[in-house]
Amino acid sequence: MSEQGVDAGKRRFLTTATAVAGGVGAAFVAVPFIKSWQPSARAKAAGAPVEVNISEIEPGAKVTVLWRGKPVWVLRRTDELLATLDEVSGELLDPESEKPQQPDYCQNQGRSIKPDVLVMISICTHLGCVPTFEVEPSPQTMDYPGFFCPCHGSKYDIAGRVYKGVPAPLNMPVPPHHYVSDDVIEIGVDPKSGGPA
Amino acid sequence: MGSKFMAWIDDRFPATQLWKEHISEYYAPKNFNFWYFFGSLALFVLVNQLLTGIWLAMFFKPSAAEAFSSVEYIMRDVEWGWLIRYMHSTGASLFFIVVYLHMFRALLYGSYRQPRELLWIFGCLIYLVLMAEAFLGYVLPWGNMSYWGAQVIISLFGAIPGIGETLTTWIKGDFILADATLNRFFALHVVALPFVLVGLVIAHIMALHHVGSNNPDGIEIKKLKGEDGIPKDGIPFHPYYTVKDIFGTGVFLILFAAIVFFAPTFGGYFLEAPNFTPASQVVTPEHIVPVWYFTPFYAMLRAVPDKLGGVIIMGSAVLIMFVLPWLDRSAVKSVRYKGWIFKTALGIFAVSFVFLGYLGTQPPGEWRTIAARVGTIAYFLFFLLMPVYSKLDKTKPVPERVTE
Repeated sequence: MSEQGVDAGKRRFLTTATAVAGGVGAAFVAVPFIKSWQPSARAKAAGAPVEVNISEIEPGAKVTVLWRGKPVWVLRRTDELLATLDEVSGELLDPESEKPQQPDYCQNQGRSIKPDVLVMISICTHLGCVPTFEVEPSPQTMDYPGFFCPCHGSKYDIAGRVYKGVPAPLNMPVPPHHYVSDDVIEIGVDPKSGGPA
Repeated sequence: MGSKFMAWIDDRFPATQLWKEHISEYYAPKNFNFWYFFGSLALFVLVNQLLTGIWLAMFFKPSAAEAFSSVEYIMRDVEWGWLIRYMHSTGASLFFIVVYLHMFRALLYGSYRQPRELLWIFGCLIYLVLMAEAFLGYVLPWGNMSYWGAQVIISLFGAIPGIGETLTTWIKGDFILADATLNRFFALHVVALPFVLVGLVIAHIMALHHVGSNNPDGIEIKKLKGEDGIPKDGIPFHPYYTVKDIFGTGVFLILFAAIVFFAPTFGGYFLEAPNFTPASQVVTPEHIVPVWYFTPFYAMLRAVPDKLGGVIIMGSAVLIMFVLPWLDRSAVKSVRYKGWIFKTALGIFAVSFVFLGYLGTQPPGEWRTIAARVGTIAYFLFFLLMPVYSKLDKTKPVPERVTE
């Protein structure tokens, strides 16, 4: 074939333009394929955040809500209960909550945003049983108020911190949560600013 | 009549040409030894995995609700289903044994050296895809170790700063490891990755047949050709090496059958005990360990006290293999003509890899963590110091012709 009269510049331009147009098209077409991997509407509905109004909880009492299929406790701790946090810390496995069992904003003594309100996934970190809440502990279970797992005897303090010498290896997990208003907690969403909200 | 038929075919498809190029007139060095069994064995195991895998897919249900019981259904109710599954699960472990030996052969004889860099890189890619394929396959039975193993591996992506959390949710397709995850892992395991794997194997073999096989002496046989244009030290792959490989396959099949029939779980190394209980979101196995072929890398991950650091070390341990052809500055290819420094380095490397593999199966403890750190450092120094020690090393002269 004769190359005479061929406008090489035009040919190069057309080749490049075709490649660019094709590339842009391919990038757009990739979007649905990538996006389809996101949680579906069904998964999102099942994993939706849960709201709890803490003004309806008596001090010293707890409510249980389900979040992503797991039981979550919202417990209002009285000053007497909070006072035990210091007393037991010597007997705990991870008193400073160094293991990543809570969001950064709950890595404090009470493992909570507001000192009195504990939000915690109430599943024993040993083999997944739900511990009992021991407000007035009996000698058969534990010396201080806390949580006692009836399955294998794991003990946790009133902030869900695990004791030494029990089968459970970790503190009970604190889910991400934040305060929508003074009284309403949304479980499943981190605070917007990152700090206590 | 036969030749007329072949002529008709050859006019339309290069059948005879392909046969000659890759089989009957592919000239391989005449001095292949024991180490050269593992390439053809890897291909053999790949065929086993594809065949048994297709059959398993006929009975397996890729849903969180049904996966575990459909595997039990295969094991108990499907005629010969237990055999097909054990062939698949045993094949997976033997695939890695064969591939590790195949890779070690390349280290021994410098098969990654110029002009075989791309051949080596295709091989590394095959290894990488194979690891992904094995991981995905291990999740499918939806046993409790499947579940928690996948939990651990996926959470590794969570260590990536900034996008980690978003990425893990995207991989899982849910906020927890769930049905959506299992379903997509099935699609990747039975469709996407096998395609990639077979494509890479074809590229690997094409590159091999283009540059020609290396040999235990590390001599380029193409440099010395007879008057007929055939390498003087070459023999046609068929019948010489087809016969050799059939013998190797026979021995391999004896071992394979012994495991399938007498020790399919291999004492918990090929199929782990917790995987015989269904996946549970709330019950964690006491000791989460990956299958044995990942344990060297798992030990490295745990050796680093920082999560992101551990992930980087583990990833680098695999990726560093890709640049090996450019790290070796030795004047010779084969270990036969290399000096004591390289031999020592390779020995330490092999021992640390196996030792790390052992440590990865054990719970971490004080001395074990230290040992894993030493092993990890040894592993990396083998690569990182290679440009220096391979040059310092005193090599022996390489003969003209291959030795017997």
